[in-house]
Amino acid sequence: MKELIWLIPLIPFVGFVINGLGRNVLPKALVGIIGCGTVLLSFLLSVSLYLDIKAARDAGEVAEISRHLFDWFAVGNLKVSLSFLIDPLSSLMLLIITGVGLLIHLYSYSYMSGDNGFGKFFAYLNLFIFFMTILVMGSNYLVMFIGWEGVGLCSYLLIGFWFKNSSYASAAKKAFVMNRIGDLGFLIAMFFILSTFGSLEYKEVFGQAATLSVGDSTVLIITLLLFVAATGKSAQIPLFTWLPDAMAGPTPVSALIHAATMVTAGIYMVVRSNILFTLSPVTMEIMAIVGLATALIAAFIALTQNDIKKVLAYSTVSQLGYMFLALGVGAFTGAFFHVLTHAFFKALLFLGAGSVIHAMSNEQDMRSMGGLRKSLPVTFVTMLIGTIAISGIPPLAGFFSKDEILAYAFQHNILYWAVGFLTALFTAFYMFRLLYLTFFGEFRGTAEQKSHLHESPWQMTLPLIVLAILSAIGGFMNVPEALGGHHNLAHFLAPIFEGSNAIGSTTLTLSHSTEYILMGASVLGAIVMAIVAYNTYVSKKNIPVADDKAEGGLHALSYNKLYIDELYDAVIVNPLKKLSTVLYKYVDRLGIDGFVNGLGEFFVGSGKGIRLLQSGHVGFYIFMMVIGVVAILIYGFFY
Amino acid sequence: MSNLFILLLVPIIAAIVLFFIKQSSTAKWTALVFALLQAGLTLPFLCGFEPNAAIQFEQNWVWIASLGVHFHIGLDGISLPMVLLTNGLIPLIVLTTFSKAYKGNFYGLVSFMQAGLLLVFLALDAFSFYVGWEIALIPIYFICALWGSGDRIKVNLKFFIYTFFGSLLMLIGIIYLYKQVPSNNFEWTSFVALDLSETTQRWIFWAFFIAFAIKIPIFPFHTWQPDTYTNAPAAGTMLLAGIMLKMGVYGLIRWLLPIAPFGVVAYSQVVMVLCVIGIVYASIIAFKQQDAKRLIAYSSIAHVGLISAGVVSWHEEGVQGAIIQMVNHGISVVGLFFIIDILEDRTGTRLLGEQGGLAAPFPKLATVFLIILMGAVGLPLTNGFIGEFLLLKGVYDYGVWFAVFGGLTLILGAVYMLRFYQKSMLGTLTLRPILGGDIRGAEVLVLVVIVFFTLFLGILPNSILKLSEASVVNLLNQIKF
Amino acid sequence: MGNIVEQIQGVPLNHYIIFCSIIFAIGVTGVLIRRNVIIIMMSIELMLNSVNLLLAAFSAYRGDPSGQVFVFFVMALAAAEVAVGLAIIIMVYRNTKSLDIESLSKLRW
Repeated sequence: MKELIWLIPLIPFVGFVINGLGRNVLPKALVGIIGCGTVLLSFLLSVSLYLDIKAARDAGEVAEISRHLFDWFAVGNLKVSLSFLIDPLSSLMLLIITGVGLLIHLYSYSYMSGDNGFGKFFAYLNLFIFFMTILVMGSNYLVMFIGWEGVGLCSYLLIGFWFKNSSYASAAKKAFVMNRIGDLGFLIAMFFILSTFGSLEYKEVFGQAATLSVGDSTVLIITLLLFVAATGKSAQIPLFTWLPDAMAGPTPVSALIHAATMVTAGIYMVVRSNILFTLSPVTMEIMAIVGLATALIAAFIALTQNDIKKVLAYSTVSQLGYMFLALGVGAFTGAFFHVLTHAFFKALLFLGAGSVIHAMSNEQDMRSMGGLRKSLPVTFVTMLIGTIAISGIPPLAGFFSKDEILAYAFQHNILYWAVGFLTALFTAFYMFRLLYLTFFGEFRGTAEQKSHLHESPWQMTLPLIVLAILSAIGGFMNVPEALGGHHNLAHFLAPIFEGSNAIGSTTLTLSHSTEYILMGASVLGAIVMAIVAYNTYVSKKNIPVADDKAEGGLHALSYNKLYIDELYDAVIVNPLKKLSTVLYKYVDRLGIDGFVNGLGEFFVGSGKGIRLLQSGHVGFYIFMMVIGVVAILIYGFFY
Repeated sequence: MSNLFILLLVPIIAAIVLFFIKQSSTAKWTALVFALLQAGLTLPFLCGFEPNAAIQFEQNWVWIASLGVHFHIGLDGISLPMVLLTNGLIPLIVLTTFSKAYKGNFYGLVSFMQAGLLLVFLALDAFSFYVGWEIALIPIYFICALWGSGDRIKVNLKFFIYTFFGSLLMLIGIIYLYKQVPSNNFEWTSFVALDLSETTQRWIFWAFFIAFAIKIPIFPFHTWQPDTYTNAPAAGTMLLAGIMLKMGVYGLIRWLLPIAPFGVVAYSQVVMVLCVIGIVYASIIAFKQQDAKRLIAYSSIAHVGLISAGVVSWHEEGVQGAIIQMVNHGISVVGLFFIIDILEDRTGTRLLGEQGGLAAPFPKLATVFLIILMGAVGLPLTNGFIGEFLLLKGVYDYGVWFAVFGGLTLILGAVYMLRFYQKSMLGTLTLRPILGGDIRGAEVLVLVVIVFFTLFLGILPNSILKLSEASVVNLLNQIKF
Repeated sequence: MGNIVEQIQGVPLNHYIIFCSIIFAIGVTGVLIRRNVIIIMMSIELMLNSVNLLLAAFSAYRGDPSGQVFVFFVMALAAAEVAVGLAIIIMVYRNTKSLDIESLSKLRW
């Protein structure tokens, strides 16, 4: 197995090539089998890899597998190889990517079956798995960067999957460009890493970093740049606006790329580089504040959105903000734990939303839904589990991961905890609002939609059920000691954080009673919010109004997404467009080219002017000659 | 067979033969056969090439004895990639014209130009270099002026005079250097060995640099370029952007760096600033261009700006990046201009506002277009990435802020390239009648070859880097301070 | 011979110079203001002869015969010039029926 780890990315890539080339030839069933089968194989390989690592960890051995494929390029001292490194962190990520990926492939088989681009869709999904596995398996930053940009490409392709809709294509472009802003940060961070450590290999970089002192200025720059990269990929302030727009893609894409895997790449990268971040407390603080602000703002916007996918998108942004808060306060394990549980319940929620949209004949507006729990029982139950999980009500997964983050935040700064707690309240509210608007009350859609209502086929419900089970039990991976657990995940991941621990990373020192109070507060808050939402949307039937009767004040602010898109348009996009026109018309054409042409015209013009002297009048010529002679004479006399 | 002169002889014979062929189809096939023959003849040199620093396959004849002029050609790691690029792209460019009704004289000019370009890349004697430099200009002038569109005569006159002006400055520089050589010859080695004072080097720098900067073109000497590209026939644009631009960059590396190192050091800040301004400036202008050809023309200014910045960064990464990026840029840009040509052929327009939704009728074209586009944008595992990475690394080593601003090409490039793709391929199909179907025949062949190299050089860039490594190291080491 | 020299030296050199300048100026003025080709030719002769006189005068004062040699050259040249010039004038007159110099101002842009 250790020799064959390169098969994990390669198999989906083969699937991509086959499905991509044969997208119009192969029958749908075969496309589906190839698409799902390749990911299944990768998943099985990942499982066996995980078991290897796990066994090594349990035995106390070095749990790392590295594999050098070939030298990518070498210039002078700069040698970059395509090589893979599997350790506890990447093996877990692989499980998530291929596992959740497999479920979503299966789901897509049914969800996309009516679409003309079925083969293309599976090809793109497989390509995504290829790049995402490369991202987490790389043993140096440049290989990570391959995956980093590659998943951006897949995201672009899949958001713009229905390319005939121009606004979808624009959303895809926006995602790609915003990601690219982050990528530039990544690239320059790599240059700094190269000039500081002389290598891009994790081992060498982290090994040398361990000798640096805390607060080193180069490391500060590196980590800030890496964080810029993470804000792009993981949709943090100020680069988060692409993620809600990315909902233009098919729903399985939103589940896989924009909830479970790709957007968590930023967190993976920070966790991977934890030693650099530990060396730079300033970056950590900035990261915590940005994460907190993102979490709060996104949750605030999610409160009033009516599009079911938009709510989930903002929820994702908010949860990602949570993860960055965790990273910022030093809870690396907590952040990664939240990545795992979030992958389960957010994928579940998105797939559930997909199931609803499927049943509602592509209606996404929750104002036209309602009362669906009778027609979609499986979807309802699984989404209920997902909602409880994300709201942080025990014993479901979200409770444990969220609680760990909040505990660390409390220890770091009580204000952070307060804002985090407020965000958690928002989260519970908008999630239950979504649930109630969709599944409770009376049906508000058209009669035609009503006649089509149906539970989805097994290919769609099976992933829902599996994910619901995972969302329910996923939290037990890392039960805190306060609740009689053993921090299994933290122990498993311990080798990743050895370097940071040596420098002195954060450990939770709260007493168990404080932890109990914190847990109690958040659980109570979530339940209260669920009841408030029930009161508003089910008992009082307070269905959101139509667009043209929008309400004022905070509600409007939230409904219009704080006008951030408009702000960016006004401050960045439009001035750039204007600048483009001005530069082209006035600077380039009139200015520079005008000068060049002017030079040419000067000679042409002076030729024209001087030509006039050639009048043909002999007398004039002689006159000029005499003047010349006289002038020379005068010159001769006086000088 | 390993006589390097044959690489110059075959295109000249081809040119003479082709000039007499009146019938279009015969001319096409003859041109293709000659181009392929030439490409095939390059292979022995590639296989026989030893990747050490020395100049190989040298040929040295006395040309004008009384002036000390030699006809001296040779191949090293810096010229080999350029020769491969030239001889590899010409068959593709000939293939792209298979749907057109060009006669023998067109292909004759192309072959003639090939000879001139190769002479530039192979010359080790300043006189031969200058002859090649001018020979390459004449055929492209006629190609653009005879088969171009729009205001072609005026635009081409400007192009010709502009570049010629630069060439004359270079000629003055060459003659000055020639006078300094004790044994009065034009040999590259004698020029490099000259012990010039710092002031002299500064003058020499400007004489050569302006010539190269106009050809490359570096901001603010670029204004001939968008007009010429836009009005030239597709094949002419490919020749200009794919190969001819590289003459300038090659000149920087081969002649300017070793001859006037103090000049380069003294003015590298200025050049670097110009390059970085050019990158940002051209990228921003490319945002709003309506004509696809003009858009790629401006993007090309941005790309070569980065390449030139890499060269003057004076680091191995930068120069190596410049060499591999020249090859990459040649491949990508030929692909992009060919796609624009196909689109114009099918829709009758190059204006982005009038296209749209073409991915639906042309799925294959949309796919190859996207891959080539990603190469141009610099996505990892495509050819553009390695070049951009190395160039930016070189520029970073020169100055961090230059790399930051130069790196904006990553973002801005994505903006205008994706806009181009969106405006032409995505969205709903406009009502304009579409002639002909998806890509076929020669078009598929050309684009598949380009896609292959886009990916091949992205995954195995060492294949080019290894060729040039020793020569670049040697070049950077032999520069005296 | 000496007699002639003495004769010439009998007049102060300044007088020669002033006289020749006047004649030369008359010639120049004639060329500039008259439009008749023949008169222009005559004015040119006037200029040439003023120079001849001056050459002869200087030659005599300085005792250097080369000035007189030049006078012969100038005379030969003037004869040739008149021959060619008159021929051109005749041809012009045949073509234009005019001796106005402006009648041939066709050689221009």
